[in-house]
Amino acid sequence: MSTLEIKDLHVSIETEQGTKEILKGVSLTIRTGETHAIMGPNGSGKSTLASTIAGHPRYTVTSGSITLDGEDVLEMSVDARARAGVFLAMQYPVEVPGVTMTNFLRTAKTAIDGEAPKLRTWTKDVKDAMGKLRIDADFAERNVNEGFSGGEKKRVEILQLELFKPKFAVLDETDSGLDVDALKIVSEGVNRAHAEGNMGTLLITHYTRILRYIKPDYVHVFVDGQVVEEGGPELADRLEEEGYDRYAKGAGAAIIAAEAAAQA
Amino acid sequence: MTAEATTEKARIGAPSIAGFTEEGEHLVASKVDRHHSHGTQVMASRAERLTSHDVADFALPNGREEEWRFTPVRELANLLSDSPSDAGALGVTVEGPDSFVQGVLRAGEAPRGATLVPADRAAVVASANVEEAQLIRIPADAELDQPIRVLMTGNGAGRRTNTHHVIEAGANSRAVVILEHDGSADHNGNVEVFVREGAQLTVVSVQLWEDDARHLAQHDAEVSKDAVYKHIAVTLGGKIVRLNSNVRFAGEGADAELLGLYFADAGQHLEHRSFVDHNLANCKSNVLYKGALQGKGAHTVWVGDVLIQKQAEGTDSYEKNQNLVLTDGCRADSVPNLEIETGLIEGAGHASSTGRFDDEHLFYLMARGIPEDVARRLVVRGFLNEIIQQIKVPALEERLTEAVERELSATEN
Repeated sequence: MSTLEIKDLHVSIETEQGTKEILKGVSLTIRTGETHAIMGPNGSGKSTLASTIAGHPRYTVTSGSITLDGEDVLEMSVDARARAGVFLAMQYPVEVPGVTMTNFLRTAKTAIDGEAPKLRTWTKDVKDAMGKLRIDADFAERNVNEGFSGGEKKRVEILQLELFKPKFAVLDETDSGLDVDALKIVSEGVNRAHAEGNMGTLLITHYTRILRYIKPDYVHVFVDGQVVEEGGPELADRLEEEGYDRYAKGAGAAIIAAEAAAQA
Repeated sequence: MTAEATTEKARIGAPSIAGFTEEGEHLVASKVDRHHSHGTQVMASRAERLTSHDVADFALPNGREEEWRFTPVRELANLLSDSPSDAGALGVTVEGPDSFVQGVLRAGEAPRGATLVPADRAAVVASANVEEAQLIRIPADAELDQPIRVLMTGNGAGRRTNTHHVIEAGANSRAVVILEHDGSADHNGNVEVFVREGAQLTVVSVQLWEDDARHLAQHDAEVSKDAVYKHIAVTLGGKIVRLNSNVRFAGEGADAELLGLYFADAGQHLEHRSFVDHNLANCKSNVLYKGALQGKGAHTVWVGDVLIQKQAEGTDSYEKNQNLVLTDGCRADSVPNLEIETGLIEGAGHASSTGRFDDEHLFYLMARGIPEDVARRLVVRGFLNEIIQQIKVPALEERLTEAVERELSATEN
C-alpha cells in the first residue's frame, strides 16, 4: 500500500511575459488501488500537474510538496521518480531517433527494476502485452514512436504502463485523439494494470467519455489551477450534462462555499 | 541560441521523422529534373570538375572555391604544398591472411593512376610526392576469411606524410580491407581501388587520429561488371579530416555503397564528400552518411554528388545524410547534389536531415527511469549503429562502438 500525496502545490512557468503561476495550491492524496479523475477545461493546469509530478524541467514548484510514502518526490531527478514508481503516460509522446522500441523497453525496464529482466519471460511479456493492445509486432523493431500515429503512440504509452508496473500512473489526456475502438483498447490496458491491485491512477481528462471505460473512485474538478469541486463518480455524470460553464473563472471558490453552506 | 544546424538546400515537405526535419524527394523515371542541384554550383555539372595528374593544374585554394568553401584551408598550408613526406613521419604496417599480394607501383605503372585522377590540390600533391604506391592485390577467386589491415600511425603533429594505396580485388574475389589511421600527422592519403568483375570488396577507412592531426584524402574506385563495392568511412579523431570517396563503373550490373559515420567534438572539422558517377547503364548505388556532433565549434560537412549520365539507363541510386546534434554550438552542413540526364532510370533520390537530441527526448527517456548518461548513449549508439553494423568485422565493430562511447563520455564530463 502506497500513498502519493500532493500538498498545497504552487507551480509556475517562465513565459515571454514573465513568470506565470499555473497551479495555485493543489492538494490531492492517491492511494494504491484508487482511481482519481482530474477533469477541467483547457488551460486549467491539469497537464501542468501531470508534468510536475514527473519532474519536467519547464515547471518550477514555488511552494508545496509531493511525497511518495513520505519520500520527497520534488527532490528526486526525473529518472529517480520513475524508478521510485511514478509513471507519466504523456499527452504528446516524443519520437526518439535511433532507439528501437525493443531496446528502449528493455533499457527502461532494467533501469526501473534495478536488474535486467529475464530474457525469455520478458520477450514473451512484451509480445503478449503488445498483442492485447493490438500493436503490430513490427513496432518492436521501429524507433521509439517514430512515424507512429497519434493513437499508436497512446497505445505504446499504455504498453509501457503494463510492462513497467508503476506504483502510480498519471495519464495525461491519454484519451485525446483516440477513436472509440482505440479508446476501448487503451482503457482495457489501464484496467488490466489496475486489476493487479498494486497501482493508484491519476486520470487527467477533458472529456467524460473515457470514464465510461475506466471507473474513477474520485472526481476532482480543476479550474484555474485549483481544485474547485470534488466528489464521487456521479460528479462526472453531472459534468457530462452541464459542462464546465458553471465553473466560470473565479467562481470555483464561491461554488465550494455555497455547497458547503448547503450541506451545513 | 547558439546552436546552428544548417542544411543548405531548399526545404521540401513538412517535418516528418523523429525529431528530424526531413528533407528529400524521390525522383522516379516519370519525374526527371535535369541538372537537379541545390548547391551553389560554380560549374554546370559535377562532370566538368577538373581532374589532372599535373600539380600545375591546381592552384592553391583560397577557400572560396566550390569544393573548398566549407574547409578551413588556412590551416592546411602544409598539406597543400607540393612537398615530400617527412622521413619517418608515418609508420605503416600491413597484416592479414597469406592469400594476397603486396607490391609497389611507380608513377605510370599500371594500374596506378588509371582510376584515381586527382580532383583537388591535396590529392595531386599527394600523388606527385609518392614515388612508390603500395599495392594490395587480392588474386582472382580468392576468398579471404580475415580482413587485410593497413595500419598507419603518425609520429608527430605537423609532420607531412603522403601515401598512395592501390587496392585491386581480382575477379570473383571476396575481401575486406581496413585502413586504420591514428597518432598525429599532416597526412595526405590517396586510395585507388579496382573491383574487378564479380568481386566483392569492402574498404573501411578508420580515422582515430589524435586531436591535432590533419588528414586529406581522395579514395577513388572503379567497379566492374556484377561486382559489389562497399566503402565505409569512420571518422572520430583528427582536428581536420576531409575525405572524398568517389566511385564510377566499368561494367553493367555493378553495385556501389558509400557509407560513413562521423562524430565531431569541440573544435573538430570533419568533412566527407562522395561522388557516384553513373557513367554506365544498369548499375546501383547507395550513399548513407550519418554523423553526430557535440561541443562548441564542432563542424561537420557532407557533400554528396550523384551524376546519372545520359547513357546510364536503368540506374538505381539513393543518397542520404543524417546528422544528430547533441549540444549547442555545433554546425552540420549537408549538401546533396543530384544530376540526372536520362529519364529511363529505376530510381534516384536524396534526403538530408539534421535533428537535435533535445531536452524533450531526454525527458521522455528519463521519465522511464533511464539515467541521463545512459539515455544519451542509447540514442547515439542506436543512431550510429546502422553504419557500424555494415562493417561485418566483429572485432572492428566492437572497437568502434567503444570509441563512440568514449566520445560520448567526453560530453558528460
